[in-house]
Amino acid sequence: MTSELSRTIVLWCPDWPILAACRERALDPGQPIALIRSGLVFACSAAARRDGVIRGLKLREAQYRSPEVVVLDYDAALDARIFEPVVRRVEETVPGVQLIRPGSLAMRARGPARYYGGEDAAAAALLTTVAELGVPGARVGIADGPFAAEQAARAATASPVGIVAPGASAAFIAPLPVGLVTDTRTTTLLNRLGVRTLGEFAELPREDVRRRFGAAGAFAHDRAAGREQARVIARTPPPEFAVQQEFEPPLDRIDQLAFAFRVLAEEFIERMRAVRLVCTGIRVELDDEGGGHSSRSWLHPQWFTPADVVDRVRWQLQGAGTASGLASPIVRLRVVPERIDSTGNHEEGLWGGGPDERVHHGLTRVQSMLGHEGVVTATIGGGRMLADRQVLVPWGDRAPERPSDAPWPGSLPALAPASVFRERLPIALQGSGGVTVAIDGRGAITATPEVFAVSGGTPAPVRAWAGPWPVVERWWDAEHAKRVHRFQIVDDDGCAWLLVRDDEGWWAEARYD
Amino acid sequence: MTAPLTTASPAPARLERVEELQARISGMQATRLDSKAVPTHPAFESVLPGGTLREGTVVQVEGSTTLLMALLAAPSASGRWVAVVGLPDFGVEAASRFGIVLDRLVLVPDPGGQWLTVVAALADVIPMVAVRPVGRVSPAEASRLSARLRQRGSTLLVAGEWPGSDARLGLEESEWQGLERGHGRLREREVVVSAAGRGGFGRRARSRLLLPDRSLGFAVAGEALPLPERVRTLPTRVEPEWAEPVPLGDVERRATG
Repeated sequence: MTSELSRTIVLWCPDWPILAACRERALDPGQPIALIRSGLVFACSAAARRDGVIRGLKLREAQYRSPEVVVLDYDAALDARIFEPVVRRVEETVPGVQLIRPGSLAMRARGPARYYGGEDAAAAALLTTVAELGVPGARVGIADGPFAAEQAARAATASPVGIVAPGASAAFIAPLPVGLVTDTRTTTLLNRLGVRTLGEFAELPREDVRRRFGAAGAFAHDRAAGREQARVIARTPPPEFAVQQEFEPPLDRIDQLAFAFRVLAEEFIERMRAVRLVCTGIRVELDDEGGGHSSRSWLHPQWFTPADVVDRVRWQLQGAGTASGLASPIVRLRVVPERIDSTGNHEEGLWGGGPDERVHHGLTRVQSMLGHEGVVTATIGGGRMLADRQVLVPWGDRAPERPSDAPWPGSLPALAPASVFRERLPIALQGSGGVTVAIDGRGAITATPEVFAVSGGTPAPVRAWAGPWPVVERWWDAEHAKRVHRFQIVDDDGCAWLLVRDDEGWWAEARYD
Repeated sequence: MTAPLTTASPAPARLERVEELQARISGMQATRLDSKAVPTHPAFESVLPGGTLREGTVVQVEGSTTLLMALLAAPSASGRWVAVVGLPDFGVEAASRFGIVLDRLVLVPDPGGQWLTVVAALADVIPMVAVRPVGRVSPAEASRLSARLRQRGSTLLVAGEWPGSDARLGLEESEWQGLERGHGRLREREVVVSAAGRGGFGRRARSRLLLPDRSLGFAVAGEALPLPERVRTLPTRVEPEWAEPVPLGDVERRATG
């Protein structure tokens, strides 16, 4: 059981989430940045730390301490994605790498130490490799077992390499706080019992710890005592499916680019099909001549065929420029599979696919004619204004999560208008004698509506009307605040309208036709 | 009537005249066997020729989006997909409340000049397609699309003009209940829906419907309305078809008049 703990190297890139976010959004890592997860600071840059921002702080407190801080949402997938090239590059220098988390890698020390001629030399080789990829401030720790090695890497402040001599790991970790190996509850309990460091924890009798804290406690105890059972389990490098194409000279026409990419798209899908995989989500990355970078994920309701991949590339390019030309010529195009699934889960039924599959093919055809946003499905979202309530999602994209059926005070009653104008029509609503109906500060109308006309049409008498029904939105936000009054009227033809009065005048929001 | 056919008249006008006459002839012929019925709301039984919508037909629906939604609701509820082309103002919330299932609703708000191609592509896979045409449709294009609809068994609802449609629904009167002068809110609407058969000939019907009624459904209001004078003279049949043969004398009179 107490087999010799293998010497382990841990490579640690400090503040990896910050670095990943900066790379994705082209920010300067030198400025104060905080990544937020569920309202708390998850990671912060060195500049923010200097201002007193620490992990676990509330967002408001962080902004108070560092008013300049750039606040971004933490995205775990982004971390992993940006780290992937680093892992691949390190695997070329030292084989058999285990990914602890994005930003930290573990590997066995014996092989590299022998190959490079010593642990120091191996660490130096690793650091050179990582520095070539533009990762600043990476550190290496070497000790007995992954836990001690990681602590060695974190403790190495003077030089980028921290080496703990064989057999000295237990002594090295002894003064560290006990919270490193236990969860918050156990830590609090241990602190109350007077156990504050890993060394003190390790001195407790093993059997007693197991009895009191269970298997998790025993595991933590082993770690604290330097008897860790964990070994480096090297990952099997996943096959590389991403494709990349460089254009020399850069291409500035969408059709040219789509044509040039066709062969590679075939290869992209074929490579996955060869190992019985299908791709249901891709990411298209474009780099243009001016240094611009565009990256977007595309989902597919079924799975991608080569033509679908080319379509997605075209749509992304169309979003970037005019109908046929581009704002700036494209030098590099990269397509990465994001969601991969076994073909077995997507096998067609014995008698062919269901009717929905035919619908999908038909709609995809229309989409390739009109563009991605040309074919939409609709869901009903939350909101008071009618245009907010209908959410149109391009075919193939996932609908946004539906807001709960909140009451939305001020929204319309059950009868909804059949025509909701995409652009509100300007109208005129007048009282007797041609006075425009207005609403005073108390929310009362200044004249009884008598005459109604749509955008310069012939005025017609109003048969029935009701209102004003006030809608007040976002009064706390000066920029988006909205205060309007709604009316229902029936015109002389028996057609009913939903009218809106705002600061600019009268509008028709919808028609009950 | 003979004036446009004289040799002095320019060729396009003559061609148009021939097309028009051909449309009239085809309008008078009941050339097809009964196609399958599409589930339709029972309120339309007295309105639509034959009582229901039918597969492979074109129905003009004029002047009311609610009427269009009412016709789409029953097929959608029975599990069919529905596509709406060229109606950017289509109220999704109203559609959902009237019973159109949003999971099976596809919208193409701006098909632009390609709308006919889009409709043809959609009709291949979607059994109910509603469209607002942009510009005029030539009879040749219309008949090509009709052939495709018949082959695929899809139904096309047109919110506008369509040469050679199989039926034509329109709103004649509309009266809202529930809203007064200064109080109340819109609750229900009583409309008179008029229907005509193929090419404007055949059986005509007018009926009073609630579109929508107080529970956001559709219902027949009151008893059937008297038919217009001219049509009441037509022979009645037990099983009315899409286009009933019209007595020749009647047609002659109408064609010349």
